[in-house]
Amino acid sequence: MAGESPDPIHQFNIVPLVGDGPLAFTNSALFMAITTAVIIGFLLLATSSRTLVPSRLQSLAELGYEFVAKTVRDSAGNEGMKFFPFVFSLFMFILVSNMIGLIPYTFTVASHLIVTFALAMSVFLTVIIYGFIKNGSHFLKLFVPSGIPGYILPLVVLIEIISFFSRPISLSVRLFANMLAGHITLKVFAGFVTMLSGALGAVGLLVGILPLLLAVAITGLELLVAFLQAYVFTILTCIYLNDAIHPGH
Amino acid sequence: MFDKIGPTSLYVLSQDDPHAPLLHLAAATDTHGSPETHATTEAHGGAEGHKGPFPPFDSSNFAGQLFWLAIFFGVLLIVMAKVALPRLKNIVEGRAERIASDLAEANRLKKETDDAIAAYEKTLGDARAEGHRIAAETHEKVAREADEHRKGLEADLNAKLEASEAQISATKSAALGNVRGIAVDAAGAIVERLTGRPAAGPDIERAVDASLAN
Repeated sequence: MAGESPDPIHQFNIVPLVGDGPLAFTNSALFMAITTAVIIGFLLLATSSRTLVPSRLQSLAELGYEFVAKTVRDSAGNEGMKFFPFVFSLFMFILVSNMIGLIPYTFTVASHLIVTFALAMSVFLTVIIYGFIKNGSHFLKLFVPSGIPGYILPLVVLIEIISFFSRPISLSVRLFANMLAGHITLKVFAGFVTMLSGALGAVGLLVGILPLLLAVAITGLELLVAFLQAYVFTILTCIYLNDAIHPGH
Repeated sequence: MFDKIGPTSLYVLSQDDPHAPLLHLAAATDTHGSPETHATTEAHGGAEGHKGPFPPFDSSNFAGQLFWLAIFFGVLLIVMAKVALPRLKNIVEGRAERIASDLAEANRLKKETDDAIAAYEKTLGDARAEGHRIAAETHEKVAREADEHRKGLEADLNAKLEASEAQISATKSAALGNVRGIAVDAAGAIVERLTGRPAAGPDIERAVDASLAN
């Protein structure tokens, strides 16, 4: 009678694998390591032959390179290319960890707010530090749009400041919430299948086709979301970096 | 079973606050209390007892995740910046340069070809013009020579004609001169026969001249 009960939250548990204490090597750390290893392995393998006419793997690596490079150039101009390694690493890390997270029994690194918040803060701090180093106090012009009448300027400045400081929050929560919600949804629908078959037997198996189909469809959607969130994070990073390079709108 | 799970799960899907699904699930298990949901409760209880309310918000995990994220993302960043991206950049930009240089070479060769064609056509045009010029010159020369030849012939003929005319008139006047002498002689003889005595020479000559003039 009792099917395996779906616990949509269980997949987000953090379990120490090696060592103990706060800095133990956990499943989260393991999947960060796998993500990093996959990216580095893929790129080094893809670029090992360096042929003029690319192999499939090299073509894929070039596709990623040109895609991110174009995103950076379009949003932050050629000066933004000095942040290209950073942006590229962010994009690849989020994309690959999201994709790996879609494999059953894996752990999704970006489903923990602290991880996405750390990534967002690295962007935010880069923007602030580089903005002040490059532009000095001129960077503060970011908060003072030109061509605004004096009497509403304080209000506009206040809004600009609030929107600026909410950036790391929105950047991190967007990615985190998408990953979390997607994986919970998947787990719940997949859980229906086992619960229906467990509770109702053959009839349950038959009815369970519906949530199974849904789970398959949502898996497809999650693939899209996994890429899209990596892209959104990347392009917003570029836009924020553009503010650091060219303040004053 | 489906009815029990349905609303709960829908609530999970629609939740924005990640805290809420768990609370609601717990509430659902309390109200239904069937064996299946007890299992859920136990699973939750285990997770909650071990890890706190909700894993993504469990602050005891924060330090570890930040630590390992810094290490692995740092490694990723360094390898990307120092090895992978320079390699990719070489490949991509090397190809772009290669294509650009090949295009430039192709353009250069095309220009050379165009120049060669232009030179050829110029030579051809020059040759054609030279040919025309020579032909015109020859034509003119031949025409001039023919003209000269013709003029020479005409002059020659004219001279001959004039000479002939002079000869004719000389012969004519000589003949006419002979006619006068004969006429004078004949007239003298006629007069002598008719009159029986020779007529005076000057009279006869005058009379012959007068009749010749008529």
